[in-house]
Amino acid sequence: MEFLAYMGDVFIPFNFLLLLIGTIGGLILGATPGLSPTMAVALLIPFTFQLEAAQGLILLGAAYTSTVAGGAVSAILLKIPGAPANIATTLDGHTMAKKGEGAKALQLSFLSSAVGGIFGVLLLIFLTPVLAKWALAFGPSHLFWLAILGVTVIGTLDSSSVVKGLLSGCIGLWLSTIGFDDIMGAQRFIFHPALGGGINIIAALIGLFAIPQVISMFAKGRVDSGAEVIEVKKHPIGSAFRALASHPRALGIGTAVGSVIGLIPGVGGQIAGLVAYDQSKKFSPERDKFGTGHSEGVIAAESANNAMVGPSLVPLLTLSIPGSPTAAVLLGGLLIHGIFPGSDLFDNHPDVAWTFINSMLIGQVLMCLFGLYVAGLAARVAQVPQSVMAAIVLALAVFGSYSVQSSMGDVYVMAALGTGMYFLERFGFSAAPLVLGLILGPIAEANFIQGSMIATATDGLAPYFLTGVLNLTLIVIVIASIFYSVWMELRARRYTNKEEMMT
Amino acid sequence: MKKLLAGAAMALMAVTGTASADGHANYPERPIMMMVSYGAGGATDFQARIVTMTAGNEDALGMPIAILNKPGAGGRVGWNWLATQAEADGYTLGAYNIPHFIAQSIKGGVEYSAESFEPIANWGADPAVFVVGKDSEFNSMNDVVEFAKANPGKLTFSGAGLFVGHHIAALQLEKASGAKLAYIPNNKGGAGAMKAVIAGEVMGGVNNLSDAFRAREAGNVKILGVFDLERNDFLPDVPTLKEQGYEIDNASVNFRGVMVPKGTPQGIIDKLAATVPTMFENGRVAGKMKAGGSPMHIMTRDEVLEMWAAREETLKELLAGL
Repeated sequence: MEFLAYMGDVFIPFNFLLLLIGTIGGLILGATPGLSPTMAVALLIPFTFQLEAAQGLILLGAAYTSTVAGGAVSAILLKIPGAPANIATTLDGHTMAKKGEGAKALQLSFLSSAVGGIFGVLLLIFLTPVLAKWALAFGPSHLFWLAILGVTVIGTLDSSSVVKGLLSGCIGLWLSTIGFDDIMGAQRFIFHPALGGGINIIAALIGLFAIPQVISMFAKGRVDSGAEVIEVKKHPIGSAFRALASHPRALGIGTAVGSVIGLIPGVGGQIAGLVAYDQSKKFSPERDKFGTGHSEGVIAAESANNAMVGPSLVPLLTLSIPGSPTAAVLLGGLLIHGIFPGSDLFDNHPDVAWTFINSMLIGQVLMCLFGLYVAGLAARVAQVPQSVMAAIVLALAVFGSYSVQSSMGDVYVMAALGTGMYFLERFGFSAAPLVLGLILGPIAEANFIQGSMIATATDGLAPYFLTGVLNLTLIVIVIASIFYSVWMELRARRYTNKEEMMT
Repeated sequence: MKKLLAGAAMALMAVTGTASADGHANYPERPIMMMVSYGAGGATDFQARIVTMTAGNEDALGMPIAILNKPGAGGRVGWNWLATQAEADGYTLGAYNIPHFIAQSIKGGVEYSAESFEPIANWGADPAVFVVGKDSEFNSMNDVVEFAKANPGKLTFSGAGLFVGHHIAALQLEKASGAKLAYIPNNKGGAGAMKAVIAGEVMGGVNNLSDAFRAREAGNVKILGVFDLERNDFLPDVPTLKEQGYEIDNASVNFRGVMVPKGTPQGIIDKLAATVPTMFENGRVAGKMKAGGSPMHIMTRDEVLEMWAAREETLKELLAGL
């Protein structure tokens, strides 16, 4: 309960002002395509030079939580996921916005972000010592199996058929091999200097999701643009609460998956949203509605990606190991004030540690309030005529992919992948499995190589990868996941065959 | 803000056109960019931001330095960019990491070598250290080497990757001890390598002194040796490898500093070489660096030139067999 003792510090006027600036600024930065949470926090670090340690961290903590949630705004309204965490949000969120339910989608996303986020921070407060052990439990072999588990999700994720899903997953896996490989430094498929660092994930996300829709908007021409204007439905906040309460399963799965996976260093943040989305789809009786603008999809994805915020800081705060790029930036923010995370932080600077954690807690609430306030207004974006919208999205896509590392190369990558994806989509392929392949490829590969190096030096490949409780558990889940997909596919085929016979 | 500054710098560059031929007496006339070939928040980026924060002062350059991150492929992306695409007009600086970029250029596949750049000054030196988990049975480097000799190829230890300081240290240890070791490069850099040690995935690891110092403060690791010529102020109780009987010099020490692409006017190089080291000596800079556990080591342009040449020779010899 130590955190309550420092709760007052958050409400000192100047601190609270910083919290407000961090939250609102974070939402705006998060909603800007191309500005990932990591970058938003990195951009704020120089401002904390002048502040006291606790104040600086209030600003950074608030910005971190709200940029993650802010990413949902561009995912829902523009179909540009701000960061890998928001990929799953586009699947149902953007469809809802296109149906005129943008306000509802935004309200649900902010509410479920807040629920997931607060749960995640509470985990951080109460279970840190336990979680720290859990974070360390995942070695190379376990991370490899975890990535394989992600690969099994590919087939069932947002595709018209398992085969097409797997095919686009394979394209993603191939794209992920481009560049100097992480461990050996070998050059692979570098046709152009811009590809030396590999395909930047943010640039790829923007291209794969935003460009196909820009092309189809332009392709429609301006003939019937008048008829396309969508009526944006008003959605009272009260009914958003009720909608959230009526989907406790999606909220529960999202929060649980987000907090468990978010904890695993280096993997969590990127895939938490997608795994939660896929799991709630599998457990939902209305699974056919997923992908067509179903509230559960938004709830699961957004509660998962904010639930991961708290646990993802556990390795940093307890072991002084940054588990994610954003945590590495926060480490810089601590070091600049001479504070070492770990026992030093909680023993000698409890005011800093707990004020920081509290600010993330209060930040979640503020973020939710502010988000709900602007949701109705922001949803009007859907009313912008398509031709204008296409130009705006295109401009944002170029700006976003350039700003990641100030490189035109990323813009070319974005444009090339986007154009390719436009044609793939016409054949029933989908961007989400492709991106998942792109994310999982390096995780699976690097961990397999590291694991096999350790294994050959010690007790051999088979014992290293195939024994141990955690390995076996993961393998069982992988097998179950594959069988489930096959079974669902067969069942779906039987039904369609029957229907076809009847007609 | 840094982005804005960088943008403003670009815009100004377009307006003012080419540099004047007045012997660069007025240099710098606009904000300067410094390329860091690692991501925002990493150790190099973090230190680069601190040591350049006083650049705008009247007694320094009088113009701010904006950091531009070009991460990727262990730094290769950024250094390729600096060598081939950056303008050599004095307004684009770059941060270097020795031995990384020299080792990479010896290994090949990149578009730069030590000849592609002109050093300005060195700000930091982060030696590699050998760490083991806090419950490890190893208490000195001799314990480690003894185990490795009894179990050839079975001593697993992590490091930040191939052709970086940690890898060089590993090669030196293997050569000096004569034991066969299993170096496991990590794809998540020094932080990932440290996690592997703390979690017990490997038996030991080579890591940055600054990160290892922090991990020891947090009670997670023991530090057995420093890969440097003398003991470090942060760790006066930890002996060097040399003291423990291994002929290992400072070739793996991670030197960080500022350089410019070749072709930058000599007048500008001279001006920078004179001003930048004094900028590093600023008390505020030193205070922040010390607070962050980042060891400083200021060297002038001539000293750096000498160090680069010496490094290239040692590294060529070490990497010849790979």
